[in-house]
Amino acid sequence: MAEQLFYFLIYPGLLFAAVIGAFLSWYDRKITAWVQFRKGPPLFQPFYDFFKLLLVKETILPKYGSKGVFLLAPIFAVFGAAISGVFILLPLLGIQSGFQGDLIVIFYLLTIPSLTYIIGALASGNPLAAVGGSREMKLILSYELTFLLVIVAIIQKAGLTISFSDIIAEQNLNGAFAGNISGIILFIVAIFCIQAKLALVPFDMPEAETEIASGIMIEYSGTPYALIKLTKYIMFFILPAFLIGLLWSGLNFQGINILWSILKILFVVLLLTLIRNTNPRVKIKQAVRYFVIWMNLLAIIAIVLSYFGY
Amino acid sequence: MVKKTLIPIGPYHPLQEEPELFKLYCEGEIVKDIKWETGYNHRGIEKLSEKKTYDQSFFLVERICGICSTSHPFAFANAVEEIGNIEITNRAKYIRSIIGELERIHSHLLWVGLAGHFLGYNTVFMWAWKYREPILDLFEMISGNRNSYAMFKVGGMRRDIENSKIPLIQEILDKFKKKNNLLVGAVMDDPVLHARTKGVGVLTKQDIIDYAAVGPTARASGIDVDVRRDDPYAAYPLVNWKVITAEAGDVFAKAEVRLLEMYESISIIEQCLEGLKKEKEGDINVKVKDIPEGWGTGRAEAPRGEVFHYVLSDGSNSPARHKIRAPSYTNIATFKKSCVGQTISDATISLAAVDPCYCCTERMAVAYDRNTGEKIMNGKDLIALSAKKTENIKNQF
Repeated sequence: MAEQLFYFLIYPGLLFAAVIGAFLSWYDRKITAWVQFRKGPPLFQPFYDFFKLLLVKETILPKYGSKGVFLLAPIFAVFGAAISGVFILLPLLGIQSGFQGDLIVIFYLLTIPSLTYIIGALASGNPLAAVGGSREMKLILSYELTFLLVIVAIIQKAGLTISFSDIIAEQNLNGAFAGNISGIILFIVAIFCIQAKLALVPFDMPEAETEIASGIMIEYSGTPYALIKLTKYIMFFILPAFLIGLLWSGLNFQGINILWSILKILFVVLLLTLIRNTNPRVKIKQAVRYFVIWMNLLAIIAIVLSYFGY
Repeated sequence: MVKKTLIPIGPYHPLQEEPELFKLYCEGEIVKDIKWETGYNHRGIEKLSEKKTYDQSFFLVERICGICSTSHPFAFANAVEEIGNIEITNRAKYIRSIIGELERIHSHLLWVGLAGHFLGYNTVFMWAWKYREPILDLFEMISGNRNSYAMFKVGGMRRDIENSKIPLIQEILDKFKKKNNLLVGAVMDDPVLHARTKGVGVLTKQDIIDYAAVGPTARASGIDVDVRRDDPYAAYPLVNWKVITAEAGDVFAKAEVRLLEMYESISIIEQCLEGLKKEKEGDINVKVKDIPEGWGTGRAEAPRGEVFHYVLSDGSNSPARHKIRAPSYTNIATFKKSCVGQTISDATISLAAVDPCYCCTERMAVAYDRNTGEKIMNGKDLIALSAKKTENIKNQF
């Protein structure tokens, strides 16, 4: 029991994932600043942001709407993110091998933060949050199928295993899945899914600052908002890590490989950052069409290609 | 029946830098109706102007708008000079046009950046504002200020552009042109930007005529209107340039018109600089003894459209009546056509596409009684007051 709690709360769960995620979010902001001719924040800025919200800023509750659900939603979001972090990072960091079928569990757990955002937004009773919530819902419906197709393709590539650690082991034995055409297509599709999951431009319409003033987050302040920030930090680390585990033969912490592992994560985050800095926000209708038609088509092509061994 | 939700944009909202309130009545994401409330920026400029001398009024009207801070003095100068039949020197004309066109460039760049920001494209926002910086430096070099240049006065200019500075200005403009090409290319060729702006917030030719919209908003819908050509003033008749128009009337066409207008502005500035070299240095003022009785109107093409100033003089050293109409006053009304039927995402960029400037627009505020909700001073009362005042002025002559 103590071991499980340690896994969940400290390493590789909540604390570890959040700290790495916070540094990655600093890296994202610094790259963004360089692209935009700005200086960028200091290294510990994500921590300052978090602790200021957590300890200093007051929490304002919406006058109308359900306060209990509104406050519970961020807590569920953090726990959802942390527990999916545990399931992803245990096999990835080589601590434990996980269990058969954990891939499916991870897939479901990763939707929890987005779902809780919607619940919290709708509980706040703010019309702008309601618009944001409905957008997030449409977005989830569109990208989840694509993400599932990516995972199906990977299961097929790995010889029909649904264990995350087996997939990583298979890649360590026979080379990364991203090494052939279908793998590259899957990598591109997965990057866009992660972009949407993290609600980064061009898929940030649930938050769309200049349209609906941060939409689903509009009523959050103080401690609950700090928890949402924490969730975002965790997701910002575990989603790229999950992608690397699925397609890029996981992480390895022996000797010089540690540098290679860090570079892999930084590269994936760099891709996300560059996509978000070279695109305007698309409309929700366009995003749905983009995923439902084009990305699904690409994923299915990848499945067919990988069936024939390309 | 679907219930309509009220989506407020304002009074304080990240979309616009000024306070204003747009009420979008939406069914789902579709905007079914739009109402707006302005008046948060009313400062009583017209009344203030009557208390100031003509020289002081220039500084006042300059502060109507922070972005197009030359267009108001420009129109005011045209109006006052019409009263006094004052013909300014060619050198002053050239300098006026240079300032006006530099301002157009920086205002259009500012809009391009903001439009990028409204679409979530913050890189365009930062780049456009970085490339705008040399233009502001030019202003600082010429007038000593980045904004609110204090260059205009009745009968000429307050400061000269020395001939020795001309090569340096030309050099900065050349550098700017190269960077601008990069930005214009990035904006005009981006397929995702096309997907977001083409066919969005369309204003037809008839809409523009119905709402009497002006400036780039009108020109993007194929209405060929530009005060610089239609009612020539300053050095515009002395140089070669053309009015940029587009036919589509959507947000992309408005961006296109503004981006291409910057090239025309650069060309005008270059020709004006050539013209300056031929004129005698320091010859920027004509002596103005006093402003006679009478009235005059002045128009100027601001970056957003036609600015109109009406000045009534009673022969004293300050205007007896000063009426200002800014371009946003008519452009804002087009929202009824461009936003209704769009999604919220499209409506917000359509709102921004006319480059509205509320502090320019707000000339009148109405007070309501908090308890009864009645207008304390309604339109009828104001018209009666205004008529009474006109009567008073007539009696004085």
